[in-house]
Amino acid sequence: MTDSAPAISATGLKVHFKTARGLVRAVDGVDLEIAQGAFHGIVGESGCGKTTLARAVVGLQNATEGKVSILGRDRAEWQSADRKDFARTVQFIFQDPLGSMSRRQTVAQTLAEPLQIHGLGNAAARAARIQELLSLVALPESVLDRLPRSLSGGQRQRVSIARALALNPKILVCDEPLSALDVSVRAQIVNLFAKLREQLGLTIVIVAHDLAIVREVCTDVTVMYLGKIAEQGVARALFDAPAHPYSQALLSAVPSPNPRIEKNRPRVLLTGDPPSPLNPPKGCRFSTRCPVAIDRCHFEEPALKTAPHGGQAACHLVDATTRPVLETQAA
Amino acid sequence: MSTPVYAVENLVIDLYTPTISVRAVDGVSFEVHAGETLAVVGESGSGKTVMTLGPLGLLPEGVADDLKGIAKVDGRNLVEMSAAELSSIRGKDFGVIFQDPMSALNPMLKIGPQIAEQAARYANAGGENAKREAVSLLARTGIPDPQDRYDRYPHELSGGMLQRAMIALALASKPRVLIADEPTTALDATVQAQILALIRQIQKEDGLAVVLITHDIGAVSALADRIIVLYAGQIVEDGNADDVLTNPVHPYTRGLLASVPDFRSPTASGAREIPGLPPNQTKLEPGCRFAPRCALVQDKCRVKRPTLEHIGGGEHPRMVACPVVLTVEGLRS
Repeated sequence: MTDSAPAISATGLKVHFKTARGLVRAVDGVDLEIAQGAFHGIVGESGCGKTTLARAVVGLQNATEGKVSILGRDRAEWQSADRKDFARTVQFIFQDPLGSMSRRQTVAQTLAEPLQIHGLGNAAARAARIQELLSLVALPESVLDRLPRSLSGGQRQRVSIARALALNPKILVCDEPLSALDVSVRAQIVNLFAKLREQLGLTIVIVAHDLAIVREVCTDVTVMYLGKIAEQGVARALFDAPAHPYSQALLSAVPSPNPRIEKNRPRVLLTGDPPSPLNPPKGCRFSTRCPVAIDRCHFEEPALKTAPHGGQAACHLVDATTRPVLETQAA
Repeated sequence: MSTPVYAVENLVIDLYTPTISVRAVDGVSFEVHAGETLAVVGESGSGKTVMTLGPLGLLPEGVADDLKGIAKVDGRNLVEMSAAELSSIRGKDFGVIFQDPMSALNPMLKIGPQIAEQAARYANAGGENAKREAVSLLARTGIPDPQDRYDRYPHELSGGMLQRAMIALALASKPRVLIADEPTTALDATVQAQILALIRQIQKEDGLAVVLITHDIGAVSALADRIIVLYAGQIVEDGNADDVLTNPVHPYTRGLLASVPDFRSPTASGAREIPGLPPNQTKLEPGCRFAPRCALVQDKCRVKRPTLEHIGGGEHPRMVACPVVLTVEGLRS
C-alpha cells in the first residue's frame, strides 16, 4: 500500500452472468481509476452495470475477467489473505437499509457487531465508539434500543452509514444510498456524506441516478452505458461540456425544478429505450440511439480517449479538441 | 373561470388497520379544470396518493377507510356513491397512470385486447372498432409498430413501452380527468423525459384535466399549471406553479424546494436540508404539523392549527397556511 496509489483501480473488468436467456454482459471491460479522497459518482440508466461494477470493486461480486486493486494491493489476494483487514479498509452501503440489517437486532447490536467481530476494545470502549458513531451520523441516543422497522428511511440509512464507519474504513462504496429516501431527507444524507468525507478523509464512491445531486457533491464522475464506460472525468468539467452523445442526452433529460428554466430550455429527446445487455448492439453500444452516429459507429467499438474537458470519452467523434454537439429541440 | 371538472371539498380520510388508525387526509379542498395540470406535491406519508385515489375507491386492499367530505365530478359526489356506481364513473371519467405499469395491466393477457376491452366498455367502440381504437391509441402513445405490439404480452415490452401502453389503457375510455401517480419515478432519466413529453402532448390535444401526484419537483416544473403542497395530510400552500416554485412562501415549501438541487443552475452552497422528520400521523399534536421542524416557529403555532389564507392580489389565487410568515413578511391581501 502506498500513499500515492489510487484508492480503487480496475483494469479490463468484466462481470458476465449466465442466464436461461443467454449471457448478460453486465460489466463488459471497464478501466477505472479513483484517486484517494475523491467523491466519485457512477451514473447511468438501469441495466448499465453501475451496481454490478460497484459490487465487483468490493468483491461482493466475482469478476469474470480483469483485476481490481485497492490502494495499490490486489483485491482478490487481499481478501483471501486477510478478509478482516480488507473489511477494515473498504465498506459497502446498500440501497435498501432495511434489507441490509438484521430485523431482530437493535440499532445498538447492529453497531456493536462489527466491533465485536474485529475484537476492538472492551465493552466500555465499544459503547463509547457507538456514541461516537451516533454523533457522526447525527442520530439521537434514543434509537439504540429500536429495531430497524421502527425507524424512518432516513434514520435507517444513517444507521447503515454508522455501521459502515464503525471500523474506520478508508473507502466507502455506496449503491444508490439515496434512492429510497424522500427529497428533504435525501439532502440530509448527501450533506452527511460530504461532511464525513471531509472530516474523516474518506474516499466515497456513490452509484446514483440523481444527476443533480451528483453534480452538487461529486468531484469526479463516470457515465456508464450498457456495461461500458461512455465517459469519465472531473464532475464539473464533464457536466459543463459533456463530450459523449449519450452523456449529452442523459444530462439533457434532467428536468429543472425551476419552471422558467424548464419550460423554455431546448433539449435532446432520444428515441427508444436502452437495448438489452443480453444482446448489445455491434460497434458502439449507443449507435442504435445516437443521433450523430456515422457508419463506422455501427461496426467498430470506440475506445476511451481524451476529451476536450480533460477526461475521457468512448466516441469516434470525440478527440482532445472536438466533441459532437447534439441538436436540441424547443420544449 | 370555467366550472371545474373535478372538485374536492373538505375531504377527510381516516385509514384503519387492525392495530392503528391514521388520519391520512385532513380537510383538503382543491379543484381541477379541463386543460389544466394540478400537481400534488408532498413526501411519502403526506397523504397525496390517499387523497387522490381514496375518493375513487382505489386504495390498497386490506386497509379500511372512512371518507368524509365532497369529491364531485359532474355534480355527483363520489364519496357517497355505492361501489357499483363508483366503478362505472371511475372507468368512464377517470384514467389512472400508476408508478408501476404492471399494477394496471394484466400480465396474463395480451396488451392490445386489454385496451380494446376498455374502449368497448366505456367509449362505445364495439368489435373491430375497439381493436382499431386500441391500435391507434398504441400508435398515439408512441409505441412503434402498434399492430405487432397489440398481440404482445406485457412482459415482452420494455419499461418505457409498458408505461406508454398503460397511458394508452388510461386513455381508452376517453376520460376527462387523468390521474398520474408518480408516473416517472420508476423510469430512467432519458425515458422519463419521453414520458413527460408524451403526457404534455396528450393533455394539449385532448384538453384533459391532469392530476399529477409526485415528489419529483423536476416533473412538476415540466408539467404543472398549479400546485398544492401537502404536509402530513393538510394543504400548506396552493397556487400557480411558476409562483410556488420560484417564490415559495410556506416554510415547508421553502425547505422542500431548497433541498432539491437544480442541475441547470447548480450553486456552490449544496443542497439545504430540512431538519427532523415528518410527524407520526397516528398521534398528531394540535397546532401546525410542521412546527417541530420549522425555523420560524412561534408559541402560537403549537396551539392553533393554521388555516389557508389568500395572499397577494393578481390573477392567480394563492393560498398559504402560515400566519407567521404572512405577518412577518406582510403578505396578506
